[in-house]
Amino acid sequence: MARGYAPRLNKGEQHWAVLVIPTLSVLLGSLTSVLPHMALYPLLPPFGLLLLMGWRLIVRDIWPVWTALPLGFFDDLLSGQPLGSSMFLWTLALLTLGLCDRWMMWRDYRQDWVIASFLIILALLGGLVIANMAGGETSALFLIPQIIVSFLVFPLVVRICGGLDRLRWSL
Amino acid sequence: MAPPSPRRPGFSRRAQYSIFVAYVVAIAGAVAALVLVLSARFDPEGHSALQSTAIDLTLPITQTGHRIGEGVDTAMGGMSAYFDAASQNTSLKEALATSRRQAAMADQFLLENARLKKLLSIQDKVIKPVASGALVASTGASSRRYAILTVGADRGVKNGQAVLGPDGLVGRIVATGRQGARVLLIVDGGNVTPVKRASDGAPALAIGRGDGMLVLRPITSNTPAFRQGDMFVTSGSGGLYRPGVPVARVTQPGRDGAIASPAADPTRLDYAIVEPVFQAPPPLPPSSLPDQEVK
Repeated sequence: MARGYAPRLNKGEQHWAVLVIPTLSVLLGSLTSVLPHMALYPLLPPFGLLLLMGWRLIVRDIWPVWTALPLGFFDDLLSGQPLGSSMFLWTLALLTLGLCDRWMMWRDYRQDWVIASFLIILALLGGLVIANMAGGETSALFLIPQIIVSFLVFPLVVRICGGLDRLRWSL
Repeated sequence: MAPPSPRRPGFSRRAQYSIFVAYVVAIAGAVAALVLVLSARFDPEGHSALQSTAIDLTLPITQTGHRIGEGVDTAMGGMSAYFDAASQNTSLKEALATSRRQAAMADQFLLENARLKKLLSIQDKVIKPVASGALVASTGASSRRYAILTVGADRGVKNGQAVLGPDGLVGRIVATGRQGARVLLIVDGGNVTPVKRASDGAPALAIGRGDGMLVLRPITSNTPAFRQGDMFVTSGSGGLYRPGVPVARVTQPGRDGAIASPAADPTRLDYAIVEPVFQAPPPLPPSSLPDQEVK
């Protein structure tokens, strides 16, 4: 039975890994922006956001909505965006996913991919607007490669989340 | 069966309230985050203070990765050097002969230059670099172009200091941690560097485009057109950078200005030096100005 469909009653005490693994994976995703590589233009997908949405789409009730605030804050500290940028955009992404859950009860994986891609594009454009507000001046055209890479990488990220999901319950 | 919505946890009041509170906190937090973002425009210092702490905390990760990458590079270079050793040997011998001739010439120039300077009693102000470190990473996911430098406040690095690579200007320090610093690269979108053409001193502005290139805009209207290969150096106006540091080379001349590639390629993970903030020499009192009319 997929996670989130399991009965709520009579659950035993949760293992620490059940909560720690998803959170840690998102933090590690944010840490990819400090990997030693010099980028001349934005190409690295926002792995923190991808993992956050990957988890949220697999396991609906994994986090309360406010979780995006601390996770986004961590991302902001490292990503080079002004503080508050990811906090704001990630929270909006989670709220939107909540609305999608209401509108579309029955979704298959491809619809999830489309929804996530839309949210990633909006988050990247929003991030650009925020960065430009804080003093940058980059054209939105230079985001196209990053958007394409993020779109293509998302299924892989969901697979990683799925694998970690199995791992955290088997521990 | 349709999955139970996590927003409707049954009849438990407690569960309902906790979900409600989670939404209230999330929305309030998002609004607060938006305010925080807006404050970045007016108070960049406070933001960079927090971000510099993050640099210090993550620097070990970046540095370890950097060393591994360097090791792999060296190993690969060492292996590939064996394959074309013979042809490389002949070409290196030729290059050595040429550079010997050039070195001899340069020695002559140096001597002549020193003699002429003595004659004119010009004193060179030697600029001592503050520190030197490696540029180890840049923000790849954000549209801003910041790089991480491995020296920080411990070694005297302060905000506003210029960072120079071996081939030219890299950027300037915008956030300083104890052991690391964040460098705003000259190729960051909207970052403006006052420059002049090395050949004739035509003033221009080098504006980052955000994709690793710079746009050169002439300041005066009667500037002769920028041509392919024109070298631009810092002009020193504005007081950010000292004059004479190579900045960019024109790659695509246009009708109004040109597109140029940075002289110091930031993608090559390389060492960089930090120079103190440039202070333009105070203007000479009018009486001491050399009389221009005298022939």
